[in-house]
Amino acid sequence: MREEINVETDVAVNNVKISAKDVQVFYGDNHAIKDVTVEIEDKTVTAFIGPSGCGKSTFLRCINRMNDTIDVCRVVGDIRIDGENIYDPKIDPVQLRAKVGMVFQKPNPFPKSIYDNVAYGPRIHGLARNKAELDEIVERSLRSGAIWDEVKDRLHAPGTGLSGGQQQRLCIARAIATEPNVLLMDEPCSALDPIATAQVEELIDELRRSYSVVIVTHSMQQAARVSQKTAFFHLGSLVEYGETSAIFTNPIDPRTESYITGRIG
Amino acid sequence: MPNDTKILNGASHRSLLSKQDAHTQKRNSAEKRFRIYGMVALSIGVLFLIFLFASILRSGLPAFTQTVVNVEFVVSQEEFNKAESKMLKTKAYQDIFVAALNAELEKRNVEIAYDKKTIERIVGKPGGTIRSYFTEDPSRVGRLAAFELTASSRVDGYFNGRVTRESLVDSRFLKAVDLDLVDALHASGIIRQAFNWNFITGTDSGVDNPGGAGLGASVIGSFFMMLVVLFLSLPIGVAASIYLEEFAPKNRWTDFIEVNISNLAAVPSIVFGILGLAVFIQFAGLPQSAPLVGGLVLTLMTLPTIIISTRASLAAVPPSIRDAALGVGASKMQSVFHHVLPLAMPGILTGTIIGLAQALGETAPLLLIGMVGFVAREYPDGFMSGFTDANSAMPAQIYTWASRADPGFYEKAWGGIIILLLFLITMNAIAIILRRRFERRW
Ligand SMILES: Nc1ncnc2c1ncn2[C@@H]1O[C@H](COP(=O)(O)OP(=O)(O)O)[C@@H](O)[C@H]1O
Ligand SMILES: [Mg+2]
Repeated sequence: MREEINVETDVAVNNVKISAKDVQVFYGDNHAIKDVTVEIEDKTVTAFIGPSGCGKSTFLRCINRMNDTIDVCRVVGDIRIDGENIYDPKIDPVQLRAKVGMVFQKPNPFPKSIYDNVAYGPRIHGLARNKAELDEIVERSLRSGAIWDEVKDRLHAPGTGLSGGQQQRLCIARAIATEPNVLLMDEPCSALDPIATAQVEELIDELRRSYSVVIVTHSMQQAARVSQKTAFFHLGSLVEYGETSAIFTNPIDPRTESYITGRIG
Repeated sequence: MPNDTKILNGASHRSLLSKQDAHTQKRNSAEKRFRIYGMVALSIGVLFLIFLFASILRSGLPAFTQTVVNVEFVVSQEEFNKAESKMLKTKAYQDIFVAALNAELEKRNVEIAYDKKTIERIVGKPGGTIRSYFTEDPSRVGRLAAFELTASSRVDGYFNGRVTRESLVDSRFLKAVDLDLVDALHASGIIRQAFNWNFITGTDSGVDNPGGAGLGASVIGSFFMMLVVLFLSLPIGVAASIYLEEFAPKNRWTDFIEVNISNLAAVPSIVFGILGLAVFIQFAGLPQSAPLVGGLVLTLMTLPTIIISTRASLAAVPPSIRDAALGVGASKMQSVFHHVLPLAMPGILTGTIIGLAQALGETAPLLLIGMVGFVAREYPDGFMSGFTDANSAMPAQIYTWASRADPGFYEKAWGGIIILLLFLITMNAIAIILRRRFERRW
């Protein structure tokens, strides 16, 4: 009885940010995502885990319509952010991507200065009226990206000159600069060393306060460390979704259990 | 004790390595042999290059010098009036000139017998030039006038080694004995070698006057052609490449177009020439031999080169940059123009300049649109007529000279090649500088 009440208050506090219903994704004839229905909460870190090729990235890229840029890719179904269907023809995918930021597997700063990397998004979306405002956005974003102290003296040095971990935090700051509601991260730590990984994980935990964060990871330890909710994908289907602690300690589906215990790789 | 065994092991290990087995020896000598092959191949290439440049310079440099006859004399008012009152006025000035030359020789104590005809054979008939010098501005009468007259092409050839006494045995243009006078004039400093500015700035001369031939007009012709090529092929080529590489769906149509662009790059240039003749001249009615038509034909030829190199440099930009731009909400076009294109620019510029350089040296298509064989005697009057007036182009002019009978044109052709090569080297240097500058920005 008490359990139930707890769950109910949880739902009341963490209202739904992204809701996907019966999503199918096809790459030509390859049915990569099958019937995925999931509700992702606001101010929460949600981890997507699962073996390689199971469609984690594909599903993540549906949320900001990055799949539109792949010719052969076709998305069917309904994904809503704050109740709005993002596949509605009236929605402009370009505007959507400013609201749903993305961080990629390999740090990919523009070959420009650190300042210009962060300022690019606000510039093209007209978020700053003058230089002072832009400076402020850049500083705020770099602070939120937990990299301000390291780069404040060399804002005009090239972003590509930073270390891997710094580059990834710069990319996170760049994504934050357009004031998104949702941050999507596709294996953001897989190219980083353990120390940089720890820094980025700490940052992700910070970001939870302001954003709905969805992170794809192949490391179950990482999922356990940073996320509150976990979704387990297998062969294009969403097998299990729930509280991270529950998934890791008490998985319901046998496939989840085999994956967690290392029997599906 | 365990330490000891380790050392022993190490020692035996080392001796194993210092003695090469048969397999390693074979592998090492194969490697050495391959390196020698490479060096031999490279040396052969370098030798050919040196040979090429040496022969071009040896044959072409004489085109940049010319033999001139320097004479100073005063024409008094009395002489001027007398000459102007004669029937054969230029003849009178010719006589004045011969007298002056005589006086010059006497002054230097040179004793040599010659007749007037000899002088004509050496410097032609400069009477007209001298007369117009004085009639243009009569105040020059009575003052010292210095003339630098161009010697005939055979005298020029004598100094360049092209003409010898033996080769003049039965020439009616210059006789072997005339060379005595030439030698004497040379020794006394009246005949000397001077830099031939006319070769660079002048226009083409007739088939019988290699001495007066210049490349200037055809350099201008080439310049206007390159303007046409640059301003058509760069925007069209880059736009086509961006569309194909970044926007076009990958389907059978775009595959077909792609394959055909590669095919076009391999089409012999003379085919573009005949296409230009049919389309631009016969159908569209554009003027023959015009740099505009040449430029259009060369644009057709250069476009595939530019498209291929532009697409290659666009494809070389890592996709992660496009993802990054799209990820922060840039539109497809913004991602291309803000990020991809600047990164691809060095490659695009290099490709364009190499395409232009190819077009600059191309002769075959110009053959068919009438630029080869056209004697470019005049510069265009203005900027617009630079495109439409008949003209020649550098390679066409070189081709024309090389096919003329007078051996004097032979060295002009080589000289023209030197100038053409200078242009090409300059263009390549610009390509390198631009590439460096762009690269430093990132
Ligand atoms: N750009 C693409 N074109 C065609 N097929 C793709 C593409 N990206 C992914 N796929 C296919 O979709 C499936 C899921 O891939 P992905 O989402 O990258 O898996 P994950 O991120 O879980 O490793 C795989 O079978 C993969 O081959
Ligand atoms: Mg993936």
